[in-house]
Amino acid sequence: MKILVCISNVPDTTSKINFTEGDTKFDTNGVQFVINPNDEFGLTRAMWFKEKQGGTVHAATVGGPNSESTLRKALAIGADEAIRVNAEPLDGYFVAQQLAEVVKNGGYDLVIAGRESIDYNGGMVPGILATLLNINFVNTCIDLQIDGDNVTATREIDGGKEKITTSLPLVIGGQKGLVDESDLRIPNMRGIMMARKKPLNVVEPIDAIWATNDVKFEKPEPRGAVKLVDAANIEELINLLHNEAKVI
Amino acid sequence: MSVLVYTESDNGKFKKNALEVASYASEVAKQLGTNVTAISINATENDSLGAYGVSKILNVNNDQLKAFNAKAYANVISEAVKSEGAQVIIVSSSSDTKYLAPILVAKLGAGYVSNVVAIPESISPFIVKRTVFSNKGFAHTQINTDIKVVGVSNNSFGLVENSGTAQIEDINPAVNDSDFSTKSIEIDKVVGKTTIADADIVVSGGRGLKGPENWGMIEELANVLGAATACSKPVSDMGWRPHSEHVGQTGKPVASNLYIAIGISGAIQHLAGVSASKTKVVINTDPEAPFFKAADYGIVGDAFEVVPALIEKLKEFKAQNA
Repeated sequence: MKILVCISNVPDTTSKINFTEGDTKFDTNGVQFVINPNDEFGLTRAMWFKEKQGGTVHAATVGGPNSESTLRKALAIGADEAIRVNAEPLDGYFVAQQLAEVVKNGGYDLVIAGRESIDYNGGMVPGILATLLNINFVNTCIDLQIDGDNVTATREIDGGKEKITTSLPLVIGGQKGLVDESDLRIPNMRGIMMARKKPLNVVEPIDAIWATNDVKFEKPEPRGAVKLVDAANIEELINLLHNEAKVI
Repeated sequence: MSVLVYTESDNGKFKKNALEVASYASEVAKQLGTNVTAISINATENDSLGAYGVSKILNVNNDQLKAFNAKAYANVISEAVKSEGAQVIIVSSSSDTKYLAPILVAKLGAGYVSNVVAIPESISPFIVKRTVFSNKGFAHTQINTDIKVVGVSNNSFGLVENSGTAQIEDINPAVNDSDFSTKSIEIDKVVGKTTIADADIVVSGGRGLKGPENWGMIEELANVLGAATACSKPVSDMGWRPHSEHVGQTGKPVASNLYIAIGISGAIQHLAGVSASKTKVVINTDPEAPFFKAADYGIVGDAFEVVPALIEKLKEFKAQNA
């Protein structure tokens, strides 16, 4: 089985978010970039398939040269090869079109992407990618079993989960649950050394639609200080929620 | 430039988000000087949409579409977009809709903005405000394509009633066997319980509750308030509660009117996931817990004393205000 894991290079979940250049760009100053958590669950599941059922795992990203360290981390975790499409990932539709080209050229059976990146949260790349390729798609996937070409997947739905049968080739929008958090791997020294020798191919983007662009960013209004209510005076909390916040 | 809204139903009944996106679509139609057409699949109460500003309903009744199927549903909506010549399409942020929307936009070559929190601030160019960085920021995003798809964030717009009636038109778009190459075989869903996505109020418990056996009071508080229950990441990681209750950056986002956090310290990832909630209450023994900085109201105290007292007082309050 030939697996492609699509990786987004995102700010670490603890990052402070600021904007720069007249609030038109995300301020990367002092920000540590990591593999998007939803993608990391997918990468780990891909490694499981490789080790238990055989196959190869490639990792791809759409991003500038600064995203290579994140791709190297994917190689250190165990991906065999990496592909970087040399373009800034500023629109989900654009990114999906670039990845569709990578999938067409690579002939993958299974494509695992995260259900959304934790930076722009668009949640559209896996679905657009699958539709452009005209192959099966399961979103918010929390369990994935493959037997030959037959696939049993579980997806999270509002208030529960749904089991789905489908077949390869397939695109997955993955998330936490695909593997246990304790199974996530921290690259060891050997992995890091080996990653340096693994191929990281840079390809130029194809002509594609830019469906959207972000004109301006802003940060949420700073909120007022918390109103503390004495634990012995619960009525006061109910009063505030009813008369001031008007939520009960 | 007509506006089409996908109004989602469950067992024939419209979801709350269907009425919210209809309200939103009606406001967008006013901006554009046009009318709203809704597309509904196997809904039984189409009449109710008129009150939310919909003037025409395309009603699809098809047994093959009884169970949700993202590809088949996206095809049906896509056909409606074409037959109506719609240029603005409004959808919700439910998990089913977030599954079908990318398929729909790829079919239509349409630009899609999800997590939108306000009506378009400009029509030409078409610009909407959305949350980014897991609610730690907002982006004003322009859609450049002819057909535009807007995914409205849960609870961000609310319901706006209008006096109106909608004309219902039955349509019968073709359903292809190839749409069912992904097939639902089993749904495991809590019935009769408010889900986090639909809830006006969410009651959430953290590690401070010490163990799964103590969730009775969380459930009871949720019951009194008609709320959904949720939990922090460590709680779902330890298996005290199902993963579907985990809220935060890598779990479910919460955009309720009221979020009550009990025994949750407020890690930055948790706060990011719940910050779209309008009013936040925190109950924690530790006055230094970071959540107090992000909350509107707080009680420093032991959950095992505060929560039972709160349940009792809320019952009295509900009885008086019934």
